Amino acid sequence: MNAIKFLFAAYIATWLIHAFYIGTLVRRFGRLRQQWKELGKGK
Amino acid sequence: MNSLWSVTLATLVKDIRLEWRSKDALNSMLFFSLLVVVIFMFSFDPLAEESRHIVGGLVWVAFLFASVVALNQTWARELRNQVLDAYRVSPAPANALFLAKALGNFIFVSVLEALMTPLFVIFYNLHVLGPAWQLIPVGLLGTWALVVNGTFFAAMSLRTRNREIMLPLLLFPISIPAVLGMVAATTAILTGENSAHFYIVLLLTYDVVFTTACLSLFGIILHAE
Amino acid sequence: MKRLFPILSIFTAAFLAYALYRALVVAPTDALQGDVYRIIYYHVPSAWTALLLFLINFVASIVYLIRRSPKADMVALVCAEVGVVFCTVVLVTGPIWARPVWGIWWAPGDIRLTSTLVLWLIYVSYLVLRRFSSGAQTQMLAAALAVFGALDMPLVYFSIWFFRTQHPQPVIGGGGSMDPRMLHTLLINWAAFLCFAFLICWSRYRLEVVQREVEQAHALESLVGAGESAKASMPLSRSSQ
Repeated sequence: MNAIKFLFAAYIATWLIHAFYIGTLVRRFGRLRQQWKELGKGK
Repeated sequence: MNSLWSVTLATLVKDIRLEWRSKDALNSMLFFSLLVVVIFMFSFDPLAEESRHIVGGLVWVAFLFASVVALNQTWARELRNQVLDAYRVSPAPANALFLAKALGNFIFVSVLEALMTPLFVIFYNLHVLGPAWQLIPVGLLGTWALVVNGTFFAAMSLRTRNREIMLPLLLFPISIPAVLGMVAATTAILTGENSAHFYIVLLLTYDVVFTTACLSLFGIILHAE
Repeated sequence: MKRLFPILSIFTAAFLAYALYRALVVAPTDALQGDVYRIIYYHVPSAWTALLLFLINFVASIVYLIRRSPKADMVALVCAEVGVVFCTVVLVTGPIWARPVWGIWWAPGDIRLTSTLVLWLIYVSYLVLRRFSSGAQTQMLAAALAVFGALDMPLVYFSIWFFRTQHPQPVIGGGGSMDPRMLHTLLINWAAFLCFAFLICWSRYRLEVVQREVEQAHALESLVGAGESAKASMPLSRSSQ
């Protein structure tokens, strides 16, 4: 059945989008942690 | 109430006088929409019979882009010499300022439309098959729909970085139902295939809803610090 | 609070896996569309979640306009951002479903597709506004824009609704009652995605809190630094006091 490809494509696309967003969140957290460290050093 | 109208009138007269002397906004809008018309003429075949179906869209896209040019200049003028800060501390009602600016833009864009419509008629060999008088309420309501939100969002984008680009980004998504209404109504009137009544009611609703919203939120935007 | 987060994460992951199992195995195959219809188990819950998040954004914006509380503003921001992510999922899975079923990727006159797209555009412009303005005024401007966006939605819906009735297009096969197993699977998937959305919102909220703290610390440091340098440059006027 050809249409089953579309089903898997949709499920994979959904999780890719969520994974991408979670990735940006993790990156932003990382950047903030670094800034926090630099601030701590500055004091 | 009395002071609201007198301040509105004074600001409006001042803006019109400034525009009359410099003709900055009007000239740039006119030339800009002329360019849009010419580019459209090369992109689409204006002699085709179905041009009546697309010209409603072309007209309003040209006016939409041109009005952004004018809207961007509305508030920029008041930034010089801290005029806007003077407004903010003055006891004049904030809504009077907003109404004056919106009415001023309405007049400028209407003048532009009155000048540009004959050009479209010539270039696209238009003759209206539906009730032509309905184009007048569609034009007035559509212009107000663009201008009232445009003035508001121009005041909003004044507070952002790269404000020139910010205005269309804010204005276009919100204006989609209004643009749909204008384009569909104009096409319906030009082709005479179906009635434009629903779209006129839609535009009227849009105008009433967003004029109310603008008037109730403009004070907050003006004084936001 | 901190211990709750991993527990909830594990729970959500298990719940999502169970929902996936329900969607792929337990729910019966649709008589007309075959197995492709199972896309709705991701598509529809995402749409409902996105709508719920945008609704919370609207309420939080109103609360902000009335009370000026920074918390309401943060809730509004978080909900808009996560809502846009879920809305993107809806917009991506919709055409993937439409291609095998309708034969076209996109039906320009279809009311739900088009109004979802406009909704997405409005909230993306909201995020752009937040991104390109700085300082305390951002929150006020964003709250006002959220109110405008919410007012716009019924108009969008009605304008496209009328547009569509004039230009008939294929729409989701309406009417008919759903198999109860399908309905249960749909609701279980929605619950799982709600948990997931809650988790994401929670992390995003914490991120926002930390970010504001860091910004404050930066401001404080530069203020202190400016004070020190002012002291250094004007020793007489400062040290005499």
